[in-house]
Amino acid sequence: MKIEVENVQKKYKDQYALQDVTFTLEGPKIYGLLGRNGAGKTTFMDILAGNILPSAGRIKIDGENPFDNQRLTQSICLIKEGNNFKKDLKIKNVLKIFSFFYPNWDHALAMDLIKEYNLNPNAKIKTLSKGMESALGITVGLASKAPITIFDEPYIGLDAAARKKFYQILLEEYEAEERTIIFSTHLIDEVSLLFEEVLILQEGSLVLQEKAEFLRENTCAVTGTVEEVEAFINGKEVLDKKELAGMMTAYVYASMEEAESSGFKVEGIPIQDLMIYLTERKKGA
Amino acid sequence: MKRTLDESKPIFLQIKEQLEDSIINETIQQGERVPSTNEFAAFYEINPATAAKGVNQLVDEGILRKRRGVGMFVTQEAKSILIEKRKKTFYDNYVKPLKSEAAKLNINNEQLVELVKRGGEFGEN
Repeated sequence: MKIEVENVQKKYKDQYALQDVTFTLEGPKIYGLLGRNGAGKTTFMDILAGNILPSAGRIKIDGENPFDNQRLTQSICLIKEGNNFKKDLKIKNVLKIFSFFYPNWDHALAMDLIKEYNLNPNAKIKTLSKGMESALGITVGLASKAPITIFDEPYIGLDAAARKKFYQILLEEYEAEERTIIFSTHLIDEVSLLFEEVLILQEGSLVLQEKAEFLRENTCAVTGTVEEVEAFINGKEVLDKKELAGMMTAYVYASMEEAESSGFKVEGIPIQDLMIYLTERKKGA
Repeated sequence: MKRTLDESKPIFLQIKEQLEDSIINETIQQGERVPSTNEFAAFYEINPATAAKGVNQLVDEGILRKRRGVGMFVTQEAKSILIEKRKKTFYDNYVKPLKSEAAKLNINNEQLVELVKRGGEFGEN
């Protein structure tokens, strides 16, 4: 499904959570939606899921507005970091309710995941630990098979092994059937290899939308003498630079190939670091 | 096969280079099936589109051949194409950095040649 975001703005009292955000997500891919705390990620995902309205601008999913739109909301599943389910319900009731709501619901997958994560179908939500509640969220998100599935920091309290299992099953499901998966997390290093495209929000504005592989190819840390590096980065977009003992390292938009053929020591920049440099810089500017 | 990939370098290139290495050292023989995009994606936990980019470039270069519904296979010419390709980049990738480091250490060309010869006696390492 195509998602078009046009000049979306969200204002809480006199504070902007989002200002003038515009982009398009073309089709079924795994997207990473990244940013610091308070960058507007959660607000954006709530608008996308049709839970709240923007103050200005619009979102169109396959040409339609998602707010209060049954046809679209049954195609979108948003799993948040907590409070996804009513406290008094039992796990099996939760699964039943979601199975009625999502037309593509995969009962067998839900049962597999419940077992995988050792969840007792008769347990009430309020008795679950944070990690167990997250596991249930992940179960619902994956089993919904919603064409747009959004995970907003879905694994609070989940241990590393359980998270790894989640990534594996997510990939399996994605390979079996492509769908739009939007992933927002602070554990970027763990998941960045899953992303096909990356979006970075900073203080309510979109500062980057790019293919993950393009970023790995076209951003690098270049090290050499101060003069050489200054000459190389002249006219290029520089994210950050630092100097020590006559040597300089610059984090720059340039192809690794170009930098290497100029004789520099060149290192790639992991997406997590890129996000940090990018958002630090915008803040200072 | 490497167990994990370097997250800061283009992933498709690493997939591609691994396959190339396996073909050159004959871990994967000509005519043999190579792992599918999905197998790579599952093994390394990477986006399938990324794995596909590496594999598809090898198809374009005549190293792999797609057989519809069956998989990807190493072509007859694969190894010789790869060796030719690697020879072309050998000077840039290996000799140049070697010479530049030697220059820093005041090792002249003759001494460098001696060192290369001496290394040969100990085999590959």
